[in-house]
Amino acid sequence: MPLNNEIIKQKLTEKFGDELVDWQEPYGMLTFTGPKALNLKVLQFLFDDPELKFRFLTDLQAVHYPDRKGEELAIVYHLHNLVDNIRIRFKVFTDIATPDVYSATALYQAANFMERETFDFFGVNFTGHPNLIRILNVDEMDYFPMRKEFPLEDQTRTDKDDEMFGR
Amino acid sequence: MSRPVQYNTKLKMVEAPEGMMGDGFMATSFEKVVGLARKNSIWPLPFATSCCGIEFMATMASHYDLARFGSERVGFSPRQCDLLMVMGTISKKMGPVLRQVYLQMAEPRWVLSVGACACSGGIFDTYSVLQGIDQVIPVDVYVPGCPPRPEAILDGFLKIQELVGQESLRRRNGDKYKELMTSYGIQ
Repeated sequence: MPLNNEIIKQKLTEKFGDELVDWQEPYGMLTFTGPKALNLKVLQFLFDDPELKFRFLTDLQAVHYPDRKGEELAIVYHLHNLVDNIRIRFKVFTDIATPDVYSATALYQAANFMERETFDFFGVNFTGHPNLIRILNVDEMDYFPMRKEFPLEDQTRTDKDDEMFGR
Repeated sequence: MSRPVQYNTKLKMVEAPEGMMGDGFMATSFEKVVGLARKNSIWPLPFATSCCGIEFMATMASHYDLARFGSERVGFSPRQCDLLMVMGTISKKMGPVLRQVYLQMAEPRWVLSVGACACSGGIFDTYSVLQGIDQVIPVDVYVPGCPPRPEAILDGFLKIQELVGQESLRRRNGDKYKELMTSYGIQ
């Protein structure tokens, strides 16, 4: 029987029990949430299991939810099983005051640049990353521009203070 | 039977500067001669980063033909060129690169800022984009438009020619110019 969402969910529940919550299937893509302390264990299990074989990290990024107190930052992993062509989405949430998450670089080489990008824009501190520095923005930047408390516009610009044509 | 060759009889020469002329000699000011020579042989250095660069390619091509104005030779080394043409969005990370290219050019050098992005950041009013290249290097002529048509780029180029032709030979040694350079932290 080919791999499907039910089997993946069943296997993960057998292994991790109630730790994984918020199971959803938006547009048929299995999505679930786990505690951030377990993120590497879940990824390793999905990687190693002979049936699941999620060995390709499609994407890794963060989302900032300012209203979710205590778990403002979501780190989202998109995984792909290249054999059965099935994708899943795995989220962990973290407090914005202590945005420390274990780095997945040991498991996926692709995570290296993606985690640097996520650090660059959201300030997620990936512990264990070999070279966690800014990748896209200028090195002198002293904030994380994709966090919602920072305005999108360039703050050095003065010609847009106009009443008619201003922001 | 005449051969099917059409000679270009519409050649247009630049006008000679004012001066005293007699049999076999002409006396005029050195400044005017140098200005005339410089303005009609500008070597542009294209610094094209986005859609304005596409318009520049049209400007260089046969239809609009920037070569008509003495700029047949587009240089790709800043050390050989007189005119830096900045076309396109310059991100903050690109800023130091642009500045270095400008510093590598030999004096006298001019800068033409083409398009809304290079002039003011344009629609990219965002944390990652430089809000006008005049924040990092001095600019001589701004060409508005998003992107500007080749005619507009040619117009900007003619404005540069005007500046080049009228520039005093002592300008680059003057205090005002040094002050301008110091305000950009150059030298």
